[in-house]
Amino acid sequence: MAIEDDVLVLGGGLAGTTAALAAADQDVQVRLVTHKQSTLRHASGLIDVLGYTPAGDGPLVDPFDALSDLPDGHPYERVGVEAVREALSFFDDVAGEAYAGAHTGANALVPTHGGTVKPTARYPASTAAGLASDDRDTLLVGFETLPDFEAPLAAAHLEAAGVPFTARGVTLSFPGIVRDDAKVTRYAHLLDQNESVSTGAGETGAREALAAAVEAHVEDESRVGFPAILGDEHAAEVRADLADALGVDVFEVPMGPPSLPGLRLEDLLYDALEDAGVRVTSGVPVVEYETGTDGDRIDHVVVDRTGSKLPHRADQYVLATGGLVGKGVRSERERVYEPLFDCHVPHAADRYDWFVDDVFGDQPYARFGLRVDRELRPLTADDEPEFSNLRAAGAVLSGYDFAAEKSGGGVSLATGYVAGTRAGEEGGE
Amino acid sequence: MTTHTDVLVLGGGSTGCGIARDLAMRGLEVTLVERGNLTEGTTGRMHGLLHSGGRYAVSDQASARECIEENEILREIAGHCVEATGGLFVQRPEDSDDYFQEKLEGCRECGIPARVLSGREAREIEPYLADDVKRAIEVPDAAVDPFRLCVANAIDAETHGARIETHAEVIDLLRDGDDIHGVEVRHESGPGKRTHTVAGTTEEITADYVVNATGAWAGQIGNMADLEIEVRPSKGVMTIMNVRQVDTVINRCRPKGDADIIVPHETTAILGTTDEEVDDPDDYPEEQWEVDQMIDTLSELVPILSEARTIRSFWGVRPLYEPPGTGTTDPTDITREFFLLDHAERDGVSGMSTIVGGKLTTYRAMAEEIADHVCDKLGVRASCATADEPLPGSETIETLEAGMDDFGLRSPVARRSKQRLGSRASEVLDTDAANPVVCQCEGVTRAEIQDAITQSGTDLNAVRIRTRASMGNCQGGFCCQNMANELHPEYDEETVRAALDELFQERWKGERHALWGEQLSQAMLNYALHATTMNRDRDPASESGDLEYAAFDSGRQTPQRRADGGN
Ligand SMILES: Cc1cc2nc3c(=O)[nH]c(=O)nc-3n(C[C@H](O)[C@H](O)[C@H](O)COP(=O)(O)OP(=O)(O)OC[C@H]3O[C@@H](n4cnc5c(N)ncnc54)[C@H](O)[C@@H]3O)c2cc1C
Ligand SMILES: Cc1cc2nc3c(=O)[nH]c(=O)nc-3n(C[C@H](O)[C@H](O)[C@H](O)COP(=O)(O)OP(=O)(O)OC[C@H]3O[C@@H](n4cnc5c(N)ncnc54)[C@H](O)[C@@H]3O)c2cc1C
Repeated sequence: MAIEDDVLVLGGGLAGTTAALAAADQDVQVRLVTHKQSTLRHASGLIDVLGYTPAGDGPLVDPFDALSDLPDGHPYERVGVEAVREALSFFDDVAGEAYAGAHTGANALVPTHGGTVKPTARYPASTAAGLASDDRDTLLVGFETLPDFEAPLAAAHLEAAGVPFTARGVTLSFPGIVRDDAKVTRYAHLLDQNESVSTGAGETGAREALAAAVEAHVEDESRVGFPAILGDEHAAEVRADLADALGVDVFEVPMGPPSLPGLRLEDLLYDALEDAGVRVTSGVPVVEYETGTDGDRIDHVVVDRTGSKLPHRADQYVLATGGLVGKGVRSERERVYEPLFDCHVPHAADRYDWFVDDVFGDQPYARFGLRVDRELRPLTADDEPEFSNLRAAGAVLSGYDFAAEKSGGGVSLATGYVAGTRAGEEGGE
Repeated sequence: MTTHTDVLVLGGGSTGCGIARDLAMRGLEVTLVERGNLTEGTTGRMHGLLHSGGRYAVSDQASARECIEENEILREIAGHCVEATGGLFVQRPEDSDDYFQEKLEGCRECGIPARVLSGREAREIEPYLADDVKRAIEVPDAAVDPFRLCVANAIDAETHGARIETHAEVIDLLRDGDDIHGVEVRHESGPGKRTHTVAGTTEEITADYVVNATGAWAGQIGNMADLEIEVRPSKGVMTIMNVRQVDTVINRCRPKGDADIIVPHETTAILGTTDEEVDDPDDYPEEQWEVDQMIDTLSELVPILSEARTIRSFWGVRPLYEPPGTGTTDPTDITREFFLLDHAERDGVSGMSTIVGGKLTTYRAMAEEIADHVCDKLGVRASCATADEPLPGSETIETLEAGMDDFGLRSPVARRSKQRLGSRASEVLDTDAANPVVCQCEGVTRAEIQDAITQSGTDLNAVRIRTRASMGNCQGGFCCQNMANELHPEYDEETVRAALDELFQERWKGERHALWGEQLSQAMLNYALHATTMNRDRDPASESGDLEYAAFDSGRQTPQRRADGGN
């Protein structure tokens, strides 16, 4: 006896959750099985669609201008431009107020913690007031105990990048942080709970204390940026309180791992899964599969729950186990492979051909993944679908370098949306 | 610009730094010039084994005797650079009994404490040894940190008045007839600590005596004055594992061979090595089979290595020397002894000697011998004190322990900081300012990074070497940026950006040879963090041309009209 669903999604990152939500939209029973934390923990929380062409031209003002010219095999080429638009508006509906950028087809330029700017298509509401393509003068605030973000340096870097405003940075000590090695979640929690902290002026709430520390440094700026630590569950409230107290707009600058905006997006997606009636099984890996008698369809997969093996059967499967980072693509000294179904992963035989010497050169390893047909079914080396009822989505796909193109989130959404929708359609028949 | 000094030392490896310290302590005025940062050459690319001499106990007993003597001295004067791990010569069933016996007797003849262990006893010490290991000989091998050792020598030389000039490449020897009286160097930035993006200058440094301690590059220096120095550079690979599978140095007990030593270092274990002659010490192939061989061969001794995660591999070139006419074909047969070439005697050109060959373990003895020689040449009567005077940082470990809590650091971080800094710990860590951890993997704090920047300027690779920041599991993906941040505001944004780019590229260089498994996943994560999150691959600040910001989304939505026509 196996646990039965119509659609089974393997992997719960941006692609898997999108696929599960899209499948659930087709009124079928959907389950998502996922193992460890997804790549969103590392990612900035921005949803890039296409910032640069594969040839490196950009930053693109409108990603859709370039989408139709992508090479054969690029995930966007596989699903088609229209599907990318649909997937974005699907995401906009799911994210609601939490994300912005849908009001225009143009990319936004977002300042990052390195002081660089990057093009993106959708950004968290917490970032909205901070865009570098907005010409208001900006004060950046860093903290002496957070070495990841050196605000005066980031401000100077923004100016070197030619931003259309004056940027200044100050470094302060964060009221209520007593340890020099406090985790970013500690800062967020302090503000979330508005914990009582002692300052020179006595005991006050953490938000008030932070606003008081910053206030004296605001000159003519109408917006103030902080590293992305402004609360977790109550982030909007924290920002609103700071903005009220300071009388300016407040925004967050995306940071490296662990990334609170990424974690907030993950929470949002899992809330949506619950609302959509998707059954979620997390913390367990899928470890094997069985085909039916014809060998062409996956009959069921096996989940390893602390040693016991549980079969899960569905009509349709979506593989969204991520790329090298999510471990949906793995490698050994001699080969690169997809560990679950052993789907074909094209790669050079000599591992010294997996990379080039320039760290930011055209890196072959960044494209490792599965080739798929236009139905997003993984293909064998002979261009045949590996299985008739398996589709793949997200970072597990080949044919693009999301880091260079700035296309990671968009590809996960578009392919997740298409794979989930098709699986839902077929799984309901 | 011309400056004069008593003695000019060329090369900032262990040999050069050791000589500079020795001569400075004898009261001579010393200048040391190094083309990169300290340890840039072979010293920063070696295995880190403080030999007990066991390795040479059969084949080269003179070297073996010297090793054990120096091994004992370094434990005394440089305790904070040495981890007394002990070592085992392990015999597998297929390895010769006769050789095992010769090794044991050789050790005893050379005064190397040696004890035989049964296979079971050996596995009690090192549980990951293969089940069928037959016997082992226990010797006092140890792990030595060449970076700390070199830096400690250099700092002490400075304390005794020496000038240590890094990023100063010798581009010519000043030769007047049959006398060498100095060099011309090109500074990569101005003299003193390095600053990125600052234009270089050249300087003539004259000296009463020149010591060529450029190791594998000694021949190139010789060429500048038409002297022939027959260095035979021989490369070797080392592969770093992400965890420390063994706590003692593990040697294979057989005549000679590649891939026969594992040295534990801090949180890692390093596998090594090979021995292959190369033509050019700056340009030789780094080959995949060498890395594969490390793992395949050494997993015969420690089987879990075949499954383990490697962090990176790196190569070094041995400065082997062979007197003219010896004609050895296999580089493993070339002696590991060192040679002092007095060019006055050898070539009839006065003013310079060259020192080549040897081992890191015996750097101090080499330095002593050459310092004696220089003093002799200059008619100086002063005796060597380097065997007795502790290196800075190695005394007063107790005060470190006592001061443990003072620094407001969590203990593993504090412990590691103190191990690195030795007795300078209180000086460096005693700060009122916030002192967060800048590199999480290695637990390096801001105060240490700042201290290293004071000494190295914007050369973040030198900061890395001094502190170990960016050398852990993440290979700098998460902390290169943080290290560069520490340069600001002392250095401006453009300089910081150049320094970061250089460090990040340098970290990638070593990582490339371990690009599979976890390390490839980590590489992708690092690439994504720097290219995707930060867009550092296409940073508009570094690209030419103006970006038209106004064409992009300004974030301000046009007020939306409600469907019912209201507002
Ligand atoms: C540092 C970094 C920064 C980034 N920044 C941005 C950005 O600014 N903008 C942007 O658009 N994109 C960004 N990206 C890219 C983007 O985050 C990814 O492309 C996207 O998140 C990939 O989603 P995914 O669902 O395909 O894979 P993942 O998020 O990797 O999810 C895969 C999931 O599958 C699970 N899994 C794997 N194997 C199994 C198994 N056998 N059984 C069960 N579960 C399994 C994993 O545990 C994981 O939870 C960034 C990526 C990184 C690494
Ligand atoms: C693979 C390998 C493993 C080893 N393992 C061990 C071990 O475990 N134990 C041990 O005791 N020994 C070991 N050794 C030997 C040891 O590393 C060397 O003998 C020692 O480091 C040599 O130091 P050095 O100062 O003579 O040379 P180097 O460290 O090479 O110093 C020479 C310096 O001269 C500089 N230079 C070159 N040209 C110029 C110029 N034109 N101007 C200015 N400067 C210049 C170089 O940049 C370099 O820094 C190993 C060697 C190798 C290759």
